[in-house]
Amino acid sequence: MDKTVNQKAWFLVLPVFLVVAFSAVLPLMTVVNYSMQDTFGNNQFFWNGVGWFKELLDPSTDLGGRFLASLGRNLFFSLVILAIEVPLGIVVALSMPREGWTVAACLIILALPLLIPWNVVGTIWQIFGRPDIGLLGYTLNAIGIDYNYVANEFDAWVTVIVMDVWHWTSLVALLCYAGLKSIPEAYYQAAQIDGASRWAVFKAIQLPKMNRVLLIAVLLRFMDSFMIYTEPFVVTGGGPGNSTTFVSIELVKIALGQFDLGKAAALSLVYNLIILIVCWIFYTVMTNAGVERKIQASSEPAVEPKPSAALKPMPALKPKEGVA
Amino acid sequence: MHSIPGRRLIMGLFLVFLLLPIYWLVNMSFKTNSEIVSTMTLWPHTPTLQHYKRIFTDESWYSGYINSLQYVILNTIISISVALPAAYAFSRYRFLGDKHLFFWLLSNRMAPAAVYALPFFNLYSAIGLFDTPWAVALAHCIFNVPLAVWILEGFVSGVPREIDETAFLDGYSFPRFFVKILVPLIASGIGVAAFFCFMFSWVELLLARTLTSVSAKPIAAIMTRTVSAAGMDWGLLAAAGVLTIIPGALVIWFVRNYIARGFALGRV
Repeated sequence: MDKTVNQKAWFLVLPVFLVVAFSAVLPLMTVVNYSMQDTFGNNQFFWNGVGWFKELLDPSTDLGGRFLASLGRNLFFSLVILAIEVPLGIVVALSMPREGWTVAACLIILALPLLIPWNVVGTIWQIFGRPDIGLLGYTLNAIGIDYNYVANEFDAWVTVIVMDVWHWTSLVALLCYAGLKSIPEAYYQAAQIDGASRWAVFKAIQLPKMNRVLLIAVLLRFMDSFMIYTEPFVVTGGGPGNSTTFVSIELVKIALGQFDLGKAAALSLVYNLIILIVCWIFYTVMTNAGVERKIQASSEPAVEPKPSAALKPMPALKPKEGVA
Repeated sequence: MHSIPGRRLIMGLFLVFLLLPIYWLVNMSFKTNSEIVSTMTLWPHTPTLQHYKRIFTDESWYSGYINSLQYVILNTIISISVALPAAYAFSRYRFLGDKHLFFWLLSNRMAPAAVYALPFFNLYSAIGLFDTPWAVALAHCIFNVPLAVWILEGFVSGVPREIDETAFLDGYSFPRFFVKILVPLIASGIGVAAFFCFMFSWVELLLARTLTSVSAKPIAAIMTRTVSAAGMDWGLLAAAGVLTIIPGALVIWFVRNYIARGFALGRV
């Protein structure tokens, strides 16, 4: 569908622009302002130039050491949960029942963890994992595994990762399921005639069709895990020691805990910049994938009948479902 | 759709994995504190409603739910109403800087809340909105408005362009076309977008907690505070947790057929 050029469309976008600018640009300018200054309290500020940024990127200073350590932990955490959630999500999506009331039931149960406030997710796992009153902790200790997420670093990590898998795998599964649903039955019939194996069907039909949603899933999961705060904060409080202190937790500690505005602001900017770069890479890949798909679609004969819209009475028309 | 061997087993195991921690929370909310601490029971042996009763009678508890609902609903209304025209513009027209604007919106959906916590605190204190539902509602716009624009853009693009053209030929003015024809056509999309705004505003805690102190405190923040002060009242904590799950569980039912599409930002 070719879009027409119309500069007046800016008027339609203006409200969104104003609202988001008010809550994004204004605060960001304060952050930039703080990041260049130092304070000794009493609202007296001194020009500090790029001092905070130098410190931030130098691992030998206190600030730099904390930042880089938490960044490393955060990246490791994101990679681990992606490595678990994406394959598991695909498997769950492939295991969805085909029809009947079980589909709705499965969808609702899958979506349930996504709608629980993040601190309650933390609370649930905090309770569930406790060796004294939690089912998980109690059972593990009863069968002879010494498990205590408050004292043991490894246990804390396992708890945080399992919690994230519990919380977010459904998202990947739901996205993949939506992708799978859009595959026409004819593809499978053709595969059956060709005698394709189960694996070949997955590789040649299902995976390519899920490409786009998987990209969105990876983007969302990477971003959200990269800025995770509430859940690990409730469960472990960033501990034991600093072992589960991720970038957001570190940032909040510096900003709202110590009120070190300059340091916190510099950290914020670098943090935001990383997110922006990753976001841009994903966005480029995603739009390119979209263009390729369109080219492909236009070279193939159209399968869907075009709605003959122009002359029918209005109410009879329904929006075409599932058009990207 | 073709599934894999052993799918019932896999699905069953996964659902059990999802439900077990939630069951444990529900289970605890019906136990007395002495039962929780002293014995390990798989279901409440002396079931009690005392924790729920306490929440529904103590104003400092139930006001938290009202506060939360207030800013969540405000936020949903603001997000949807500003996002609707923008979604139409992005879907139908090309204009100067449209792609950059879209990317800028995307990047705001991804911005870490922790970065904005402190500047928001300053901003809303300065304009006198601190500790009101408006502060939280506006703050949550930063991730909900972009999300609503995306989802709605997907749904608007699903409406054939011929409908617009026919309507304009029939003499509809733009606002009238928008309200009378477009909005009813994408009603399900608006529902889905509203659901997602509701959900993301409902689950967020960091900003909500930072921007409120007394009179607009969300339930999530009340939970964290009261628990540490009361020396771990586990049953009460569990009951409060269960009550925060219920609104989400209720709204899922209405959008169950659109959940996946919404999560894909309307682009499946």
